[in-house]
Amino acid sequence: MNALLLAAEGEPQPPLLPHLDELVIGLIAFVIVFGFLAKKLLPNINKVLVERREAIEGGIEKAESAQIEAKSVLEQYKAQLAEARHEAARLRQEATEQGTAIIQEMKAEGQRQREEIIAAGHSQIEADRKAAAASLRQDVGKLATDLAGKLVGESLEDAARQSRTIDRFLDELEEKAEAVR
Amino acid sequence: MSADQTLAFDPDCHIFTGCGFPAPGLHTFIYEPIATWGSFELTKPMLLAVLSSIVVVGFFWAAFRKPQLVPGKMQMVGEAGYDFVRRGIVYEIIGKKDGEKYVPFMVSMFFLVWMMNLWSIIPLAQFPVTSLIAFPAALALIVYVLWVSLTFKKHGFVGGWKNIVGWDKSLGPILPLVVVLEFFSNLIIRPFTHAVRLFANMFAGHLLIVMFSLASWYLLNGIGVVYAATSFVMVLVMTAFELFIQAVQAYVFVLLACSYVQGALSEHH
Repeated sequence: MNALLLAAEGEPQPPLLPHLDELVIGLIAFVIVFGFLAKKLLPNINKVLVERREAIEGGIEKAESAQIEAKSVLEQYKAQLAEARHEAARLRQEATEQGTAIIQEMKAEGQRQREEIIAAGHSQIEADRKAAAASLRQDVGKLATDLAGKLVGESLEDAARQSRTIDRFLDELEEKAEAVR
Repeated sequence: MSADQTLAFDPDCHIFTGCGFPAPGLHTFIYEPIATWGSFELTKPMLLAVLSSIVVVGFFWAAFRKPQLVPGKMQMVGEAGYDFVRRGIVYEIIGKKDGEKYVPFMVSMFFLVWMMNLWSIIPLAQFPVTSLIAFPAALALIVYVLWVSLTFKKHGFVGGWKNIVGWDKSLGPILPLVVVLEFFSNLIIRPFTHAVRLFANMFAGHLLIVMFSLASWYLLNGIGVVYAATSFVMVLVMTAFELFIQAVQAYVFVLLACSYVQGALSEHH
Protein backbone atom coordinates (compact mmCIF):
# COMPACT_ATOMS: atom_id res chain seq x y z
CA MET A 1 0.00 0.00 0.00
CA ASN A 2 2.70 2.44 0.94
CA ALA A 3 4.61 1.53 -2.16
CA LEU A 4 1.60 2.42 -4.20
CA LEU A 5 1.16 5.71 -2.46
CA LEU A 6 4.82 6.44 -2.98
CA ALA A 7 4.56 5.48 -6.60
CA ALA A 8 1.66 7.84 -6.97
CA GLU A 9 3.46 10.64 -5.25
CA GLY A 10 6.60 9.87 -7.13
CA GLU A 11 4.88 10.26 -10.47
CA PRO A 12 4.75 13.94 -11.30
CA GLN A 13 1.28 13.78 -12.80
CA PRO A 14 -0.55 17.12 -12.45
CA PRO A 15 -4.33 16.58 -12.57
CA LEU A 16 -4.72 18.76 -15.65
CA LEU A 17 -2.18 16.91 -17.74
CA PRO A 18 -3.96 14.30 -19.84
CA HIS A 19 -2.60 10.79 -19.92
CA LEU A 20 -2.06 9.91 -23.59
CA ASP A 21 -3.36 6.33 -23.34
CA GLU A 22 -6.53 7.57 -21.70
CA LEU A 23 -6.92 10.26 -24.32
CA VAL A 24 -6.75 7.66 -27.07
CA ILE A 25 -9.21 5.42 -25.25
CA GLY A 26 -11.53 8.41 -24.90
CA LEU A 27 -11.35 9.06 -28.64
CA ILE A 28 -11.98 5.42 -29.42
CA ALA A 29 -14.92 5.37 -27.01
CA PHE A 30 -16.50 8.27 -28.84
CA VAL A 31 -15.79 6.82 -32.28
CA ILE A 32 -17.48 3.56 -31.29
CA VAL A 33 -20.61 5.32 -30.05
CA PHE A 34 -20.72 7.76 -32.97
CA GLY A 35 -20.15 4.99 -35.50
CA PHE A 36 -23.03 2.86 -34.31
CA LEU A 37 -25.42 5.71 -33.69
CA ALA A 38 -24.72 7.76 -36.81
CA LYS A 39 -24.46 4.88 -39.27
CA LYS A 40 -27.18 2.56 -38.14
CA LEU A 41 -29.26 3.27 -35.08
CA LEU A 42 -30.27 6.90 -35.52
CA PRO A 43 -31.08 6.53 -39.25
CA ASN A 44 -33.21 3.56 -38.17
CA ILE A 45 -35.23 5.56 -35.72
CA ASN A 46 -35.41 8.59 -38.00
CA LYS A 47 -36.99 6.47 -40.68
CA VAL A 48 -39.58 5.22 -38.25
CA LEU A 49 -40.23 8.69 -36.88
CA VAL A 50 -40.85 9.96 -40.41
CA GLU A 51 -43.07 6.97 -41.13
CA ARG A 52 -44.97 7.57 -37.93
CA ARG A 53 -45.50 11.21 -38.74
CA GLU A 54 -46.67 10.29 -42.21
CA ALA A 55 -48.98 7.66 -40.79
CA ILE A 56 -50.51 10.17 -38.41
CA GLU A 57 -50.75 12.88 -41.04
CA GLY A 58 -52.04 10.36 -43.58
CA GLY A 59 -54.71 9.29 -41.11
CA ILE A 60 -55.74 12.87 -40.57
CA GLU A 61 -55.77 13.50 -44.30
CA LYS A 62 -57.81 10.38 -44.90
CA ALA A 63 -60.31 11.43 -42.26
CA GLU A 64 -60.49 14.89 -43.79
CA SER A 65 -61.04 13.57 -47.29
CA ALA A 66 -63.69 11.18 -45.97
CA GLN A 67 -65.41 14.08 -44.29
CA ILE A 68 -65.29 16.13 -47.46
CA GLU A 69 -66.65 13.23 -49.44
CA ALA A 70 -69.41 12.68 -46.91
CA LYS A 71 -70.29 16.35 -47.11
CA SER A 72 -70.42 16.31 -50.89
CA VAL A 73 -72.52 13.15 -50.86
CA LEU A 74 -74.87 14.81 -48.40
CA GLU A 75 -75.10 17.87 -50.63
CA GLN A 76 -75.76 15.68 -53.61
CA TYR A 77 -78.38 13.75 -51.70
CA LYS A 78 -80.04 16.93 -50.55
CA ALA A 79 -80.00 18.31 -54.07
CA GLN A 80 -81.50 15.09 -55.40
CA LEU A 81 -84.12 15.11 -52.69
CA ALA A 82 -85.04 18.69 -53.48
CA GLU A 83 -85.20 17.85 -57.16
CA ALA A 84 -87.37 14.84 -56.45
CA ARG A 85 -89.69 16.95 -54.34
CA HIS A 86 -89.86 19.52 -57.05
CA GLU A 87 -90.54 16.86 -59.62
CA ALA A 88 -93.26 15.35 -57.47
CA ALA A 89 -94.86 18.73 -57.00
CA ARG A 90 -94.66 19.34 -60.70
CA LEU A 91 -96.22 15.94 -61.44
CA ARG A 92 -98.98 16.58 -58.95
CA GLN A 93 -99.64 19.93 -60.49
CA GLU A 94 -99.71 18.39 -63.92
CA ALA A 95 -102.00 15.62 -62.80
CA THR A 96 -104.34 18.12 -61.20
CA GLU A 97 -104.37 20.15 -64.37
CA GLN A 98 -104.89 17.11 -66.47
CA GLY A 99 -107.64 15.89 -64.18
CA THR A 100 -109.35 19.25 -64.37
CA ALA A 101 -109.04 19.25 -68.13
CA ILE A 102 -110.48 15.73 -68.32
CA ILE A 103 -113.35 16.67 -66.07
CA GLN A 104 -114.00 19.72 -68.20
CA GLU A 105 -113.89 17.60 -71.30
CA MET A 106 -116.17 15.00 -69.81
CA LYS A 107 -118.60 17.68 -68.74
CA ALA A 108 -118.53 19.19 -72.18
CA GLU A 109 -119.01 15.78 -73.71
CA GLY A 110 -121.86 15.01 -71.34
CA GLN A 111 -123.46 18.31 -72.15
CA ARG A 112 -123.08 17.67 -75.83
CA GLN A 113 -124.53 14.18 -75.57
CA ARG A 114 -127.40 15.42 -73.45
CA GLU A 115 -128.14 18.11 -75.99
CA GLU A 116 -127.90 15.58 -78.75
CA ILE A 117 -130.25 13.27 -76.97
CA ILE A 118 -132.62 16.11 -76.23
CA ALA A 119 -132.43 17.26 -79.84
CA ALA A 120 -133.06 13.70 -81.03
CA GLY A 121 -136.04 13.45 -78.65
CA HIS A 122 -137.42 16.71 -79.89
CA SER A 123 -137.12 15.75 -83.53
CA GLN A 124 -138.65 12.35 -82.71
CA ILE A 125 -141.50 14.00 -80.97
CA GLU A 126 -141.87 16.41 -83.86
CA ALA A 127 -141.81 13.53 -86.31
CA ASP A 128 -144.34 11.60 -84.19
CA ARG A 129 -146.48 14.67 -83.90
CA LYS A 130 -146.27 15.16 -87.61
CA ALA A 131 -147.04 11.54 -88.25
CA ALA A 132 -149.88 11.72 -85.73
CA ALA A 133 -151.16 14.89 -87.28
CA ALA A 134 -150.93 13.30 -90.71
CA SER A 135 -152.70 10.13 -89.58
CA LEU A 136 -155.22 12.24 -87.58
CA ARG A 137 -155.94 14.31 -90.59
CA GLN A 138 -156.45 11.13 -92.57
CA ASP A 139 -158.62 9.69 -89.83
CA VAL A 140 -160.54 12.91 -89.38
CA GLY A 141 -161.13 13.04 -93.11
CA LYS A 142 -162.15 9.47 -93.13
CA LEU A 143 -164.35 9.99 -90.10
CA ALA A 144 -165.81 13.08 -91.64
CA THR A 145 -166.47 11.11 -94.77
CA ASP A 146 -168.01 8.32 -92.65
CA LEU A 147 -170.07 10.77 -90.71
CA ALA A 148 -171.16 12.50 -93.88
CA GLY A 149 -172.03 9.14 -95.41
CA LYS A 150 -174.04 8.22 -92.31
CA LEU A 151 -175.69 11.54 -92.24
CA VAL A 152 -176.57 11.30 -95.84
CA GLY A 153 -177.52 7.68 -95.63
CA GLU A 154 -180.01 8.09 -92.74
CA SER A 155 -183.35 9.79 -92.91
CA LEU A 156 -182.94 13.22 -91.73
CA GLU A 157 -186.38 13.60 -90.05
CA ASP A 158 -185.57 15.90 -87.24
CA ALA A 159 -183.00 18.04 -85.76
CA ALA A 160 -183.03 15.92 -82.63
CA ARG A 161 -182.11 12.92 -84.51
CA GLN A 162 -179.33 14.80 -86.25
CA SER A 163 -177.93 16.14 -83.05
CA ARG A 164 -178.01 12.66 -81.54
CA THR A 165 -176.03 11.35 -84.46
CA ILE A 166 -173.53 14.13 -84.08
CA ASP A 167 -173.27 13.51 -80.39
CA ARG A 168 -172.79 9.88 -80.95
CA PHE A 169 -170.12 10.65 -83.52
CA LEU A 170 -168.34 12.93 -81.16
CA ASP A 171 -168.48 10.38 -78.36
CA GLU A 172 -167.05 7.79 -80.66
CA LEU A 173 -164.39 10.28 -81.54
CA GLU A 174 -163.63 10.86 -77.92
CA GLU A 175 -163.50 7.19 -77.23
CA LYS A 176 -161.09 6.76 -80.07
CA ALA A 177 -158.99 9.52 -78.83
CA GLU A 178 -159.06 7.95 -75.38
CA ALA A 179 -158.09 4.64 -76.88
CA VAL A 180 -155.19 6.26 -78.76
CA ARG A 181 -154.06 7.92 -75.57
CA MET B 1 -8.88 -3.83 -8.23
CA SER B 2 -11.06 -1.71 -5.95
CA ALA B 3 -10.71 1.94 -5.16
CA ASP B 4 -9.86 1.15 -1.55
CA GLN B 5 -6.50 -0.29 -2.41
CA THR B 6 -5.34 2.63 -4.47
CA LEU B 7 -6.34 4.93 -1.66
CA ALA B 8 -3.87 3.14 0.59
CA PHE B 9 -6.79 2.78 2.93
CA ASP B 10 -6.24 1.12 6.27
CA PRO B 11 -9.52 -0.42 7.55
CA ASP B 12 -8.30 -0.24 11.18
CA CYS B 13 -7.70 3.48 11.08
CA HIS B 14 -10.33 5.21 13.24
CA ILE B 15 -10.62 8.45 15.18
CA PHE B 16 -9.34 8.46 18.79
CA THR B 17 -6.78 5.77 17.96
CA GLY B 18 -4.01 8.16 17.10
CA CYS B 19 -4.46 7.50 13.41
CA GLY B 20 -4.77 10.56 11.21
CA PHE B 21 -7.65 11.01 8.74
CA PRO B 22 -6.68 9.40 5.45
CA ALA B 23 -7.87 12.36 3.42
CA PRO B 24 -8.55 11.70 -0.24
CA GLY B 25 -6.48 13.62 -2.75
CA LEU B 26 -4.95 13.32 -6.17
CA HIS B 27 -3.93 9.77 -5.38
CA THR B 28 -7.66 8.93 -5.25
CA PHE B 29 -7.67 9.26 -9.01
CA ILE B 30 -4.72 7.00 -9.72
CA TYR B 31 -5.36 3.35 -10.42
CA GLU B 32 -3.00 0.45 -10.67
CA PRO B 33 -3.18 -1.26 -14.06
CA ILE B 34 -5.50 -4.24 -14.34
CA ALA B 35 -3.62 -5.69 -17.30
CA THR B 36 -0.54 -4.78 -19.27
CA TRP B 37 0.24 -5.31 -22.93
CA GLY B 38 3.74 -4.10 -23.72
CA SER B 39 3.84 -0.47 -22.75
CA PHE B 40 0.07 -0.19 -22.63
CA GLU B 41 -1.48 -0.44 -19.20
CA LEU B 42 -5.21 -0.99 -18.91
CA THR B 43 -6.66 0.72 -15.86
CA LYS B 44 -10.12 0.71 -14.34
CA PRO B 45 -11.06 4.18 -15.76
CA MET B 46 -10.06 3.03 -19.25
CA LEU B 47 -12.16 -0.09 -18.83
CA LEU B 48 -15.06 2.04 -17.63
CA ALA B 49 -14.62 4.37 -20.62
CA VAL B 50 -14.88 1.47 -23.05
CA LEU B 51 -17.76 0.05 -21.04
CA SER B 52 -19.50 3.42 -21.38
CA SER B 53 -19.38 3.06 -25.14
CA ILE B 54 -20.68 -0.47 -24.92
CA VAL B 55 -23.51 0.52 -22.58
CA VAL B 56 -24.57 3.47 -24.75
CA VAL B 57 -24.38 1.48 -27.98
CA GLY B 58 -26.07 -1.46 -26.26
CA PHE B 59 -28.91 0.68 -25.01
CA PHE B 60 -29.55 2.28 -28.39
CA TRP B 61 -29.11 -1.08 -30.08
CA ALA B 62 -31.83 -2.51 -27.91
CA ALA B 63 -34.01 0.55 -28.45
CA PHE B 64 -33.52 1.31 -32.14
CA ARG B 65 -32.31 -1.89 -33.78
CA LYS B 66 -35.76 -2.80 -35.01
CA PRO B 67 -37.81 0.30 -34.39
CA GLN B 68 -41.57 -0.04 -34.58
CA LEU B 69 -44.16 2.46 -35.64
CA VAL B 70 -45.81 1.86 -32.29
CA PRO B 71 -42.84 1.88 -29.92
CA GLY B 72 -42.07 -0.65 -27.21
CA LYS B 73 -40.82 0.37 -23.78
CA MET B 74 -37.13 0.49 -24.68
CA GLN B 75 -37.80 2.35 -27.89
CA MET B 76 -39.98 4.84 -26.07
CA VAL B 77 -37.20 5.60 -23.58
CA GLY B 78 -34.63 5.79 -26.37
CA GLU B 79 -36.85 8.11 -28.37
CA ALA B 80 -37.32 10.35 -25.35
CA GLY B 81 -33.55 10.62 -24.89
CA TYR B 82 -32.95 11.10 -28.57
CA ASP B 83 -35.64 13.73 -28.80
CA PHE B 84 -34.32 15.54 -25.75
CA VAL B 85 -30.93 16.09 -27.37
CA ARG B 86 -32.35 16.67 -30.83
CA ARG B 87 -35.09 19.14 -30.00
CA GLY B 88 -33.97 20.31 -26.59
CA ILE B 89 -30.37 21.11 -27.49
CA VAL B 90 -29.51 20.92 -31.20
CA TYR B 91 -32.66 22.48 -32.65
CA GLU B 92 -32.68 25.10 -29.92
CA ILE B 93 -29.09 26.20 -30.43
CA ILE B 94 -28.21 25.52 -34.08
CA GLY B 95 -31.68 25.50 -35.54
CA LYS B 96 -33.59 22.75 -37.25
CA LYS B 97 -32.27 23.23 -40.78
CA ASP B 98 -28.56 23.52 -40.04
CA GLY B 99 -28.63 21.40 -36.90
CA GLU B 100 -30.08 18.17 -38.31
CA LYS B 101 -26.66 17.14 -39.63
CA TYR B 102 -25.07 17.34 -36.18
CA VAL B 103 -27.78 15.49 -34.29
CA PRO B 104 -26.02 12.09 -34.33
CA PHE B 105 -22.79 13.72 -33.18
CA MET B 106 -24.46 15.53 -30.30
CA VAL B 107 -26.58 12.54 -29.29
CA SER B 108 -23.46 10.35 -29.16
CA MET B 109 -21.61 13.00 -27.20
CA PHE B 110 -24.38 13.54 -24.69
CA PHE B 111 -25.00 9.91 -23.87
CA LEU B 112 -21.31 9.00 -23.79
CA VAL B 113 -20.50 11.83 -21.39
CA TRP B 114 -23.52 11.07 -19.26
CA MET B 115 -22.63 7.39 -19.02
CA MET B 116 -19.01 8.23 -18.20
CA ASN B 117 -20.29 10.49 -15.42
CA LEU B 118 -22.83 7.98 -14.20
CA TRP B 119 -20.20 5.41 -13.22
CA SER B 120 -19.57 7.68 -10.23
CA ILE B 121 -22.55 6.32 -8.34
CA ILE B 122 -22.85 2.84 -9.86
CA PRO B 123 -21.80 0.28 -7.25
CA LEU B 124 -18.43 -1.43 -7.87
CA ALA B 125 -17.53 1.09 -10.58
CA GLN B 126 -17.93 4.15 -8.37
CA PHE B 127 -15.64 6.31 -10.41
CA PRO B 128 -16.59 9.00 -12.88
CA VAL B 129 -14.42 8.46 -15.93
CA THR B 130 -14.65 12.16 -16.77
CA SER B 131 -12.86 13.07 -13.54
CA LEU B 132 -9.67 12.19 -15.40
CA ILE B 133 -8.84 15.15 -17.62
CA ALA B 134 -7.82 12.93 -20.54
CA PHE B 135 -11.41 11.85 -21.23
CA PRO B 136 -13.05 15.28 -21.25
CA ALA B 137 -9.99 16.50 -23.18
CA ALA B 138 -10.46 13.82 -25.84
CA LEU B 139 -14.13 14.74 -26.26
CA ALA B 140 -13.43 18.46 -26.20
CA LEU B 141 -10.72 17.89 -28.79
CA ILE B 142 -13.23 16.22 -31.10
CA VAL B 143 -15.61 19.15 -30.71
CA TYR B 144 -12.70 21.55 -31.24
CA VAL B 145 -11.65 19.87 -34.47
CA LEU B 146 -15.23 19.84 -35.69
CA TRP B 147 -15.69 23.50 -34.81
CA VAL B 148 -12.44 24.76 -36.38
CA SER B 149 -12.83 22.70 -39.55
CA LEU B 150 -16.43 23.85 -39.91
CA THR B 151 -15.38 27.45 -39.51
CA PHE B 152 -12.85 27.27 -42.33
CA LYS B 153 -15.11 25.15 -44.50
CA LYS B 154 -17.95 27.60 -44.18
CA HIS B 155 -16.06 30.90 -44.44
CA GLY B 156 -12.88 30.01 -46.34
CA PHE B 157 -9.42 30.66 -45.02
CA VAL B 158 -9.57 34.43 -44.49
CA GLY B 159 -13.22 34.43 -43.56
CA GLY B 160 -12.56 31.62 -41.12
CA TRP B 161 -9.89 33.59 -39.34
CA LYS B 162 -12.11 36.64 -39.30
CA ASN B 163 -14.86 34.53 -37.77
CA ILE B 164 -12.52 33.19 -35.10
CA VAL B 165 -10.99 36.54 -34.10
CA GLY B 166 -14.30 38.39 -34.25
CA TRP B 167 -13.27 40.75 -37.04
CA ASP B 168 -15.54 43.78 -37.10
CA LYS B 169 -14.39 46.99 -38.79
CA SER B 170 -16.88 49.09 -36.85
CA LEU B 171 -14.85 48.50 -33.69
CA GLY B 172 -12.29 50.97 -34.96
CA PRO B 173 -9.16 51.47 -32.86
CA ILE B 174 -9.92 48.71 -30.36
CA LEU B 175 -10.10 46.14 -33.16
CA PRO B 176 -6.53 44.87 -32.59
CA LEU B 177 -7.23 44.38 -28.91
CA VAL B 178 -10.44 42.50 -29.68
CA VAL B 179 -8.67 40.37 -32.26
CA VAL B 180 -5.97 39.32 -29.79
CA LEU B 181 -8.48 38.64 -27.02
CA GLU B 182 -10.83 36.70 -29.26
CA PHE B 183 -8.00 34.70 -30.71
CA PHE B 184 -6.89 33.49 -27.30
CA SER B 185 -10.38 33.19 -25.96
CA ASN B 186 -11.73 31.16 -28.85
CA LEU B 187 -8.85 29.18 -30.14
CA ILE B 188 -6.91 28.41 -26.97
CA ILE B 189 -8.96 28.96 -23.85
CA ARG B 190 -12.27 27.69 -25.17
CA PRO B 191 -11.32 24.01 -25.67
CA PHE B 192 -9.52 24.13 -22.37
CA THR B 193 -12.50 25.46 -20.42
CA HIS B 194 -14.78 23.11 -22.31
CA ALA B 195 -12.84 20.10 -21.05
CA VAL B 196 -12.00 21.46 -17.62
CA ARG B 197 -15.59 22.46 -16.80
CA LEU B 198 -16.67 18.84 -17.08
CA PHE B 199 -13.51 17.46 -15.53
CA ALA B 200 -13.54 19.78 -12.50
CA ASN B 201 -17.20 19.15 -11.73
CA MET B 202 -16.81 15.41 -11.77
CA PHE B 203 -13.46 15.57 -10.00
CA ALA B 204 -14.87 17.65 -7.16
CA GLY B 205 -18.02 15.58 -6.91
CA HIS B 206 -16.10 12.35 -6.70
CA LEU B 207 -13.74 13.83 -4.14
CA LEU B 208 -16.66 14.87 -1.95
CA ILE B 209 -18.30 11.47 -2.09
CA VAL B 210 -15.02 9.74 -1.32
CA MET B 211 -14.26 12.11 1.51
CA PHE B 212 -17.61 11.63 3.23
CA SER B 213 -17.41 7.88 2.67
CA LEU B 214 -13.94 7.71 4.23
CA ALA B 215 -15.02 9.97 7.06
CA SER B 216 -18.04 7.78 7.79
CA TRP B 217 -15.66 4.87 8.33
CA TYR B 218 -12.93 6.83 10.04
CA LEU B 219 -15.28 8.42 12.56
CA LEU B 220 -16.79 5.09 13.54
CA ASN B 221 -15.33 4.97 17.07
CA GLY B 222 -16.91 5.90 20.43
CA ILE B 223 -18.79 9.17 20.33
CA GLY B 224 -17.59 9.53 16.75
CA VAL B 225 -20.54 7.31 15.69
CA VAL B 226 -22.73 10.40 15.72
CA TYR B 227 -20.35 12.19 13.37
CA ALA B 228 -20.06 9.09 11.25
CA ALA B 229 -23.86 8.99 10.87
CA THR B 230 -23.88 12.64 9.81
CA SER B 231 -21.11 11.96 7.36
CA PHE B 232 -23.01 9.00 5.94
CA VAL B 233 -26.10 11.11 5.45
CA MET B 234 -23.84 13.46 3.51
CA VAL B 235 -22.71 10.54 1.36
CA LEU B 236 -26.34 9.88 0.43
CA VAL B 237 -27.05 13.54 -0.18
CA MET B 238 -23.93 13.93 -2.32
CA THR B 239 -24.76 10.81 -4.27
CA ALA B 240 -28.20 12.17 -5.10
CA PHE B 241 -26.67 15.55 -5.92
CA GLU B 242 -24.10 13.93 -8.18
CA LEU B 243 -26.84 12.12 -10.05
CA PHE B 244 -28.21 15.55 -10.89
CA ILE B 245 -24.79 17.11 -11.63
CA GLN B 246 -23.82 14.26 -13.95
CA ALA B 247 -26.79 14.91 -16.20
CA VAL B 248 -26.36 18.68 -16.00
CA GLN B 249 -22.69 18.49 -16.95
CA ALA B 250 -23.38 16.22 -19.89
CA TYR B 251 -26.08 18.67 -20.95
CA VAL B 252 -23.77 21.67 -20.56
CA PHE B 253 -20.96 19.95 -22.45
CA VAL B 254 -23.21 19.24 -25.43
CA LEU B 255 -24.89 22.63 -25.19
CA LEU B 256 -21.50 24.30 -25.51
CA ALA B 257 -20.51 22.01 -28.35
CA CYS B 258 -23.69 23.07 -30.15
CA SER B 259 -23.07 26.73 -29.51
CA TYR B 260 -19.54 26.40 -30.93
CA VAL B 261 -20.88 24.70 -34.05
CA GLN B 262 -23.57 27.35 -34.32
CA GLY B 263 -20.87 30.04 -34.06
CA ALA B 264 -18.92 28.39 -36.86
CA LEU B 265 -21.98 28.22 -39.11
CA SER B 266 -23.29 31.72 -38.44
CA GLU B 267 -22.34 34.64 -40.67
CA HIS B 268 -21.36 36.90 -37.83
CA HIS B 269 -19.17 35.97 -35.00
